[in-house]
Amino acid sequence: MSLLELESITKSFGGLMAVNEVSFDVEERAIVGLIGPNGAGKTTVFNLITGNHRSDSGAVRFESKDITNWPTYRIVKLGIARTFQTIRLFQNLSVLENVLAGCHCRMKSGSFTAMLRMPGERREERAALARALDELAFVGLQGQEMQLAKNLSYGSQRLLEIARALASEPRLVILDEPAGGMNEQETAALIGTIRRIQNRGITTLLIEHDMSLVMKACEKIVVLEFGSKIAEGAPEAIKGDPKVIEAYLGMED
Amino acid sequence: MKNKSMYIYGVIFAVLAVAPTFLNPYWVDVLNNVGLYAILGLSLNLIVGHAGLFNLGHAAFFAVGAYTAAILNTQFAIPVLWLLPVCALTAGLFAGIIARPIIHLRGDYLCIVTIGVGEILRIALTNDLFGITGGPNGIFGISRPTVFGYVIRRPHEFYYLIGAFLMVTIFLFHRLENSRFGRAVNYLREDETAAEGSGINTSHYKLAVFVLGAAWAGMAGDIFAAKMTIIAPESFNFWESVVMFAIVILGGSGSIPGVLLGAVLFVGLPEVFRDFADARMLIFGAAMVVMMIVRTEGILPQRPRTYALPEARNAGGAP
Amino acid sequence: MEEFFQQLTNGLAVGSIYALIALGYTMVYGVLKLINFAHGDLFTIGAYLGMTLLASFALHETIGPFIGLVVLALMVMGLVAILGAIVERTAYRPLRESPRLSAVVSALGASIFLQNAVMLIYGARFQVYPEDLIPETAIDLFGLYVPLVRILVLAASLVLMAALYTFIQKTRIGTAIRAAAIDQDAARLMGIDVTRVILLVFLIGPALGGAAGLMVGLQYGQINFTMGWTYGMKAFTAAILGGIGNIPGAMLGGLLLGVIEAMGSAYISIAWKDAIAFFVLILILIVRPTGLLGERVAEKV
Repeated sequence: MSLLELESITKSFGGLMAVNEVSFDVEERAIVGLIGPNGAGKTTVFNLITGNHRSDSGAVRFESKDITNWPTYRIVKLGIARTFQTIRLFQNLSVLENVLAGCHCRMKSGSFTAMLRMPGERREERAALARALDELAFVGLQGQEMQLAKNLSYGSQRLLEIARALASEPRLVILDEPAGGMNEQETAALIGTIRRIQNRGITTLLIEHDMSLVMKACEKIVVLEFGSKIAEGAPEAIKGDPKVIEAYLGMED
Repeated sequence: MKNKSMYIYGVIFAVLAVAPTFLNPYWVDVLNNVGLYAILGLSLNLIVGHAGLFNLGHAAFFAVGAYTAAILNTQFAIPVLWLLPVCALTAGLFAGIIARPIIHLRGDYLCIVTIGVGEILRIALTNDLFGITGGPNGIFGISRPTVFGYVIRRPHEFYYLIGAFLMVTIFLFHRLENSRFGRAVNYLREDETAAEGSGINTSHYKLAVFVLGAAWAGMAGDIFAAKMTIIAPESFNFWESVVMFAIVILGGSGSIPGVLLGAVLFVGLPEVFRDFADARMLIFGAAMVVMMIVRTEGILPQRPRTYALPEARNAGGAP
Repeated sequence: MEEFFQQLTNGLAVGSIYALIALGYTMVYGVLKLINFAHGDLFTIGAYLGMTLLASFALHETIGPFIGLVVLALMVMGLVAILGAIVERTAYRPLRESPRLSAVVSALGASIFLQNAVMLIYGARFQVYPEDLIPETAIDLFGLYVPLVRILVLAASLVLMAALYTFIQKTRIGTAIRAAAIDQDAARLMGIDVTRVILLVFLIGPALGGAAGLMVGLQYGQINFTMGWTYGMKAFTAAILGGIGNIPGAMLGGLLLGVIEAMGSAYISIAWKDAIAFFVLILILIVRPTGLLGERVAEKV
């Protein structure tokens, strides 16, 4: 059984077909790459999975449960966390509090328990704090907890987004161009981080333009062009696929 | 640093605790108004400062509380202080009902709708809604509050009642700020999409913060009704909402000390400069423009929360 | 039936004033995505300037009532336009790169400042326009007697709106304004000086608002420093009703709101007159936030 299944998912924006009947599966504990030329509809597919856009037709299933058009926060709670192509951190809050945002959906305290400072609320806060520190250490941002997110370097901001996603204890993380803006060294470290995410039993689905990263890290690749899926398979097969080569002709990067 | 500010707060608290002994009733009453607006400001701060939702109709919730107290007290002779939870309930309920369909609106649209709600309510009260609000003259004959059989009547007696309520508000809201709830509303202020994408039910928190802020304003309304013994629609017009809004924005969005300072500046200071009382709103307006240009976050901005980190990393890079 | 048509002409006259003010809101919102709260107060200032100029120059006596009023209107429009540009420079331009809500607070501050400046200069009481400026005759329109001033207000508003519409649709500068409203960055890349477009919008909008202020003074005879708040809120409602950012929408919304209000206060309740616009505002934002002529825009994630 696949962890995530997309079935003929479709989305158009005012007559422009952004995603056209795309179907693919993501197996449990796999690392899957979603690639394609600019404007192929990759980010739209992500937005459809995470409920940021409403789909016109088709279905998204997670652990066999139909989650099509669920509100985003419920999808996160169910176990799908994501990062954004255009980094969306809480820029004016500390690095630590950005990660604590991810912990939110695994906590319960409300306004009244907080005002009365019930023992359970304190316990939960301590646990969340410990978890957030762990996730920061996991992506290598330990020691920068009290920095404001906006003061981090570009690469570190991408890592912080990953830490925030992991803090929500997901089964699947969706990374939208995690290496965007990173230098070679940081990208190499990122591949290690993605592998370690896999070792924790978490499945990864990612969009990436850095082909060396995709080829090295992913076990399966799905290729989109003009909103449609044109190929799917192991990295070696994708490399030799004439349709993919045609789509990418002259766009080597 | 921390000790020094605690010391300052301690001195201010001690002076305020004995203030009625050396101030005449007029100035004690001015302080009472400052206290009342501080409570209103703190309740609006949850909505405007913490959640970033522009509410320019907070006087409406204040009015719902005051009218609830006035009607139930004059009609059924229920003691005003017993009505505190009832006023919180009606104001919160009112906020919940009106906020539900409009809460998804973007910043400035929400702002304009809250103005509209405030005005509709004021017109409704003036038109003697359901025949129980007394029309433009309002409701009079609201009884004085009693605490353990002791009737609170004079300004310096109200001073301690309002003071106690303010202290409780500060205490509870300080805890609320430093909690999962407080963080959640800050996340949605910073970036709603990212908050939702981190697993936060943003509509729920927007609604919750509206209801909670409104409920608190409702309780302030109860105390206001008891203090005045007469209330009328004009006490809850748009300019009251503007004053509350200015207290939060200029004092310091999301900052309890900021809001308290704002209340002192905008309610207390004009009394000191009575000769310029007419120019009060003119100065407000100019201050709002200048503040947005030079110091968007207010006079005393929200400070980053501190956490019990191992190896005292809190000192880290906090500015 | 007579009553109905009287209310209709009345509604159209008031509505045309709302429409003139609404144009200022909608144009500014179009290019800056900002509710220019100060706009209502510029309208008030137009009304007060009209009164002052009437009293000090008495143009209607020296060069005849009709030409006198036209010259007066042009003077008021010019002065309010200059004031609008000053507001833009001091309260909005420094915040061009700031969060949108900072600009909203600044706009609100500018509004409060202007309103209270008027109060401090002219006093808080109602001020009265000189009488007998426009003969108090009624014109026979197919058996319906409509006050002359009502017809003049409607006609003048329609002329101004037609002029604006032609300017926006047919001239190069008008095209630049429309382009900046659709996409500021793209417009800048196409070589449009967006800063100048914004300045222009802050000249045209207040000029129309100032003219509306003068019309209110002429039609109702008395003015007050808070009138910009009431008229401003209603005009803003009209702009949203028509679809904010949309110029024909503001005209349609204004006329429609004027008629709704006139009918509502005649047939439902006069006491609730001022609440009608707010009900319309809330209803339209819940049901169709894009307004009658507005288009839906998807937010980018």
